[in-house]
Amino acid sequence: MPYWIGYVGGYTDLASRLLIIGLAAMATNLLVGHSGVMAFGHAAYFGLSSYTTGLMIKYLIPSTPVGFLAGIIVGTLGGAIIGFLLARLRGIYFALATIAFGQVFFFIAFRWNAVTGGDNGLSFQRQPIDLGFLQLNLGSSRVYYYVALAVFAVCAALMAVVLRSPFGRTLLAMRENERRARFLSIPVNRHLWMAYIVSCFFVAVAGSLYGMLNNFVSPHDLHWTQSGDFVLMAVIGGMRSFWGPLLGAAIFVVAQDYLSSLTGNWMFFIGMLFVLVVLFLPRGIAGLLQRRTS
Amino acid sequence: MTQLLLFNVFNGLVIGAFYALMALGLSLIINLTNVINFSHGGFLALGAYFAYTLEPYLGFWGALIVSPFCAALIGVIVERILIRPLYSRDPLYSLLLTFGLAFVLEDTVRYIWGAQGLPMKVPQVLQSSLSQTLFFLTGYRVFMVVLVAVAVAILFLILKKTRLGMRIRAGTLDLEMVSALGVDVRILRNLNFGLGIFFAGLAGVLAAGMLGLTPTIGDQLIMPSFVAVIVGGLGSLVGTLFGGILIGVATGVVTVFYPSASEATIYVMMALVLLVRPHGLFGEEGGTKL
Repeated sequence: MPYWIGYVGGYTDLASRLLIIGLAAMATNLLVGHSGVMAFGHAAYFGLSSYTTGLMIKYLIPSTPVGFLAGIIVGTLGGAIIGFLLARLRGIYFALATIAFGQVFFFIAFRWNAVTGGDNGLSFQRQPIDLGFLQLNLGSSRVYYYVALAVFAVCAALMAVVLRSPFGRTLLAMRENERRARFLSIPVNRHLWMAYIVSCFFVAVAGSLYGMLNNFVSPHDLHWTQSGDFVLMAVIGGMRSFWGPLLGAAIFVVAQDYLSSLTGNWMFFIGMLFVLVVLFLPRGIAGLLQRRTS
Repeated sequence: MTQLLLFNVFNGLVIGAFYALMALGLSLIINLTNVINFSHGGFLALGAYFAYTLEPYLGFWGALIVSPFCAALIGVIVERILIRPLYSRDPLYSLLLTFGLAFVLEDTVRYIWGAQGLPMKVPQVLQSSLSQTLFFLTGYRVFMVVLVAVAVAILFLILKKTRLGMRIRAGTLDLEMVSALGVDVRILRNLNFGLGIFFAGLAGVLAAGMLGLTPTIGDQLIMPSFVAVIVGGLGSLVGTLFGGILIGVATGVVTVFYPSASEATIYVMMALVLLVRPHGLFGEEGGTKL
């Protein structure tokens, strides 16, 4: 068991879950916080990737790396197609369209019984990795945690590189003043599309890991409430900061785990938490900490 | 075959009327305040359960009239306390607030009225079907379509003729100017929000009569309502109305030929509309004040 999760009363799989959901929240925040557009349908690519990984492992090639790669590719591709349609929209119109497109994937997963198992979901089993020089018994929660941690670290580093690159700077410029960015001859629609693809890539990585963590995918992983949760984690943690969404995800995942074991009405409390954070902590917890130190 | 097609087209029209009723409320709120009201489905459920509670005392007709007002009242209070502080901020915040509120409303309804489905009593008059050959024309469904038509007509009259309606329309175009002319924008937004929720509540009572009550009764209607707003075009109420009915009927037609794709239809339509006219069928290019 990772030493730190014990302090919050958790278990190994909860720690893995926290990292994976945190990665998805950080990926969502690439758009919401760093580019200033409301992406409210990211569960679609998260789930698309989970399903692809699951279907690959279950029916085609029982190999974890192949399933993982397939999940990332298909998830990113889905994001690229939808992102192309979305890149011309702005503001709440963009938000509405992301929400609605997100639901397409939910209905496909929900209705296409023969392939996805419909409401019952899709069960599969992640396979041990054997690279010749390296054997990983992924069946163990602990080993899987470290794999997830490694993937998370690589993704976080990549995301930081992207955000520090000139491309990342154009996203900030678009967030602050799109018209001025346009005058500086930045092709804003194309950059928004690219940002959407990058964000979907990271969310797809998270989705594939999440599917394998549970060895199960349910259509509810694609539902719009899941998309909303990602955005909320970013906001709770602090969407203008890099690590904020991870912090938000940690609070959310642990609170959900804790509350759902205590009360059947946990959704009420989660909802109240959202309302209060939105009203009183607009810059999130990271914003609170920044204000303290400055 | 003809009868099956007729049946589904009419059914689609009924569903489309629901979508339109909800989407009009959403659209009203979006136009004036830039709030994407995720809790619209929750308010719909409130309207439905209020009607269920009031029915023994007021009868169906009384409940039909009173409960949308009760829902609207709650809406006005919620706007006053929770949403008003957020207008000066990015629309993301109000969207998230209503998202959280949707959870709160759903669980509150579940806590008060229970998780299991409840039946809603509908007057005997409305329950028989109108003709033997056109079996699908039950009184209740015809009544719903007519009532929605009347409600929409009244809404458009209010917007065209009354002072409040004119202010709402003016505010949709330029809220700052309306404020400069001495209209209290806070009250205007408040009443506008209430009006939007009134339509959600009305849709709730009607839906309860057809489907019965569950805490999640609004969930299946909210996404298509979003789509109706997008297809119709932001800023246009006529477009929203048209969008709602269009996607309802399209769903009905697709159900005849390929039932399992019925939900996906509306999203395909939305994608097509966005490809050809990104600002929606009735929206004006650059006309959305975003």
